[in-house]
Amino acid sequence: MLDRIGVKKLEDLYSDVPAEFLKKGAYALPDAMSEQEIRDYFASLEAMNASLKVFVGQGAYDHYTPAVIPYLCSRSEFLTAYTPYQCEISQGTLRYIFEYQSMICALTGLDVSNASMYDGPTAAAEAMKMAIACTRKKTRVLLSKALLPHVIKVVETYAKFHGVEMGYLDASEGQTSLQALREELSRGDVAGVIVPSVNRYGIIEDHSGFADAIHAEKAILVEYCDPSALAVVKTPGEWGADIAVGDGQSLGLPLCYGGPYVGFMAVKKEHMRKMPGRIVGQTVDKEGRRVFVLTLQAREQHIKREKATSNICSNESLMALWVTIYLSLMGPEGLREVNRISSDGAHYLKAELLKTGKFDDVFPDKPFLKEFVLKPKAFPGLLQKRLEEAGFFAALDTEEGYVSFCVTEKRSKEETDRLVAIVKEG
Amino acid sequence: MKYYDKLIFELSKEGRCGYSLPQNKFPASPEVPLQLRREAPLGLPEVSEPDVVRHYTNLSQMNFGVDTGFYPLGSCTMKYNPKINEEMAALQGFAGLHPLMHAGLVKGALKVYQEMNKALAAITGMYTFTLDPCAGAHGELTGLMIMRTYHMQRGDFKRTKVIVPDSAHGTNPASAAVCGLEVVEVKSLENGRIDVEALKPLLTDEVAGIMMTNPNTLGLFETEIKTIAKLVHEAGGLLYYDGANMNPLMGVVRPGDMGFDIMHLNLHKTFSTPHGGGGPGSGPVGVAKHLEDCIPDLRVSGFHGNFGVILRAYAYILSLGKDHLKKVGQYAVLSANYIKECLKDKYKLPIEGVCKHEFVFDGLIHDGAHDDVPGATTLDVAKRLLDYGFHAPTIYFPLLFHQALMIEPTETESKETLDAFIGVMRKIADEAAQDPMILHEAPHNTPISRPDETTAARNPILKYQDAQ
Repeated sequence: MLDRIGVKKLEDLYSDVPAEFLKKGAYALPDAMSEQEIRDYFASLEAMNASLKVFVGQGAYDHYTPAVIPYLCSRSEFLTAYTPYQCEISQGTLRYIFEYQSMICALTGLDVSNASMYDGPTAAAEAMKMAIACTRKKTRVLLSKALLPHVIKVVETYAKFHGVEMGYLDASEGQTSLQALREELSRGDVAGVIVPSVNRYGIIEDHSGFADAIHAEKAILVEYCDPSALAVVKTPGEWGADIAVGDGQSLGLPLCYGGPYVGFMAVKKEHMRKMPGRIVGQTVDKEGRRVFVLTLQAREQHIKREKATSNICSNESLMALWVTIYLSLMGPEGLREVNRISSDGAHYLKAELLKTGKFDDVFPDKPFLKEFVLKPKAFPGLLQKRLEEAGFFAALDTEEGYVSFCVTEKRSKEETDRLVAIVKEG
Repeated sequence: MKYYDKLIFELSKEGRCGYSLPQNKFPASPEVPLQLRREAPLGLPEVSEPDVVRHYTNLSQMNFGVDTGFYPLGSCTMKYNPKINEEMAALQGFAGLHPLMHAGLVKGALKVYQEMNKALAAITGMYTFTLDPCAGAHGELTGLMIMRTYHMQRGDFKRTKVIVPDSAHGTNPASAAVCGLEVVEVKSLENGRIDVEALKPLLTDEVAGIMMTNPNTLGLFETEIKTIAKLVHEAGGLLYYDGANMNPLMGVVRPGDMGFDIMHLNLHKTFSTPHGGGGPGSGPVGVAKHLEDCIPDLRVSGFHGNFGVILRAYAYILSLGKDHLKKVGQYAVLSANYIKECLKDKYKLPIEGVCKHEFVFDGLIHDGAHDDVPGATTLDVAKRLLDYGFHAPTIYFPLLFHQALMIEPTETESKETLDAFIGVMRKIADEAAQDPMILHEAPHNTPISRPDETTAARNPILKYQDAQ
């Protein structure tokens, strides 16, 4: 090969690199490991982590993963393919993205979904940018203080650099305040409003009147959703939202210390061409057969460069496949049953914890599903430590001084009773 | 590959399901209040487990991956994805960790982050990394945020422009725009490198920095990098390194040593994690020591980045170790130059000389145009390659040429595979010279033929419900 190229040795292939930049000496890396050594080493790392039953949510939910999903997602035709630019040999990827988009639209009640975003918080940040792009001469985006903390932080980071001013909506009563919304809107500079469908306290929010007030000011309503809960709670479409975003993690993705997850975004049709990210559409080939392609690409960075709607290129395609297979397996009844068991478990746990007398209820009249907060009567550090020692990750501290709990269908009644018993002992 | 025409929705039969949930032993909780309850039907398919397995297996068989065959997609570094990486990322002791667990509960995960950070710093010559960004473009955005933070911390608020070469990846200017920076384009010379003379007048006190990839998107090393670094630094700007083209430098050259202040890596390119049909990726961002304090305030993703991808990449780094690392770049460059030399009598090579991990042809030398028959284009060559069982190269990028055909073989292909690809590329060139119609109508052997993309964009059908 060197002869064919016309050089004598491999080093000659770098003759164009100034000699001072060629790395001299050894790299500060370990010696190479064999496959068995890697297994042993990772086993030792794995053993350093705690193995706990998870009773916490806050944006990452420990739902059950059907065995079929990792099995199918590890098929190398899906796993080792690139972005489906050559559609003639990528119909597998393109079809599942089309199915994914269809399912996201079904869940959210909106018209158009893209092919996925990095995660829920970055999808919310993209929605913030989109609100600015969809409105004229508006410079401010409002965030509900009841959004999950990590969503607020990521949106703030993007806003700071993108030059978007932020406003905040009070939620001290456990739900985003319509009164606060009206006051902020009256300033006339609001481009968009981001509110949670189910909020950081686990409460199902009532957004009656939100869309009307927001649209009267020609602003955009963005709903941040837990897609699993959309099986039972009012959809962004039903609330009159323009954009729905959230994290698909609750649709059977492993917790995996925070990623990979999958952000989703769905919008009303009139905002379609302002949407970030890839979109798959249906068409026909030369023989008239139904086929799928990447479409509306005139929005994207490889065509529009600095004028693109976003810089996103790689997304979370394989996790979109994961979600698509999950929703296929669960179907409408399975997803409702997941919500039923989780909600029953959470309501049971909350009632039992209150019976211990060690907590005050914070929002007693507000409806919730799988997640709730309580106010501990004593400093919670000791309690958390005892729970950890007993094998539970629970009672996570919140910024407000509450502790947060979550129950999914993976938590049995026996586990839940044991957790309560530990609390009682303290 | 065979054509399969079902969508999962079309397999739906009322009452079927593919799940198995535990019996609910909790007392019933209150229903969701009526005014907060979903009214619309859910509109999801109802299918059994075997239906699902067959459907997605059939879909997978219309796909081409690195495990199917050679994938010389320029700028994408489609190297082989070792399977041990997958096994390590699936370990329950990692996959079961909640992202909000405190440090005492996740010591093994934190050790992975620390060691990964150290390894990436050693490989690139940067001081430290953040592993939060989820993809390359996400890394670019994060890196530019760091660049702006650096200037703002110094009270220098007027630096709102960033210089981007005309050959840059599309994500570079797009990331700059998302970061609130104005893009100033610098032209390339005839030899494909940045025009240093054209750069000089652009370096005002409004410039935050320059984004470069080296080697650039033509696969050419920016030989004037030392001068460029000096000029940009003297003007008060910073140098950003787009790590999409890091592969040829693996084990040979470190961006930090060339004067770059900030860079990102694509773990899903250079560090062998699978592309997954377009993600998940991971785009760690490294900085020089003087920028260490600019990272902490930035929260660019929900939790700690794509941990599952980081685990895979770390397994890869451990399998390379300090010795095999040195072969990665060299072999990638060897493969690229070998293909280039074996094909340059059939395809136009606009810039002679040694390339790095990839190179760009500007279409066929003899495209077969005659009478009313138009010549074969780069698109035609790409589609014809599919017939012969190879993935196509990147086409029509970079934008410097009209018929760009960008080929990146990577280090994980055998000489036999490279020779087979060269043979087919030569055969296609001969076919074009004799009868370009064969190429115009390609592909012939794939599950579908060329799609009607115009109709797809004009009358968008973007979900199953639209097609009903």
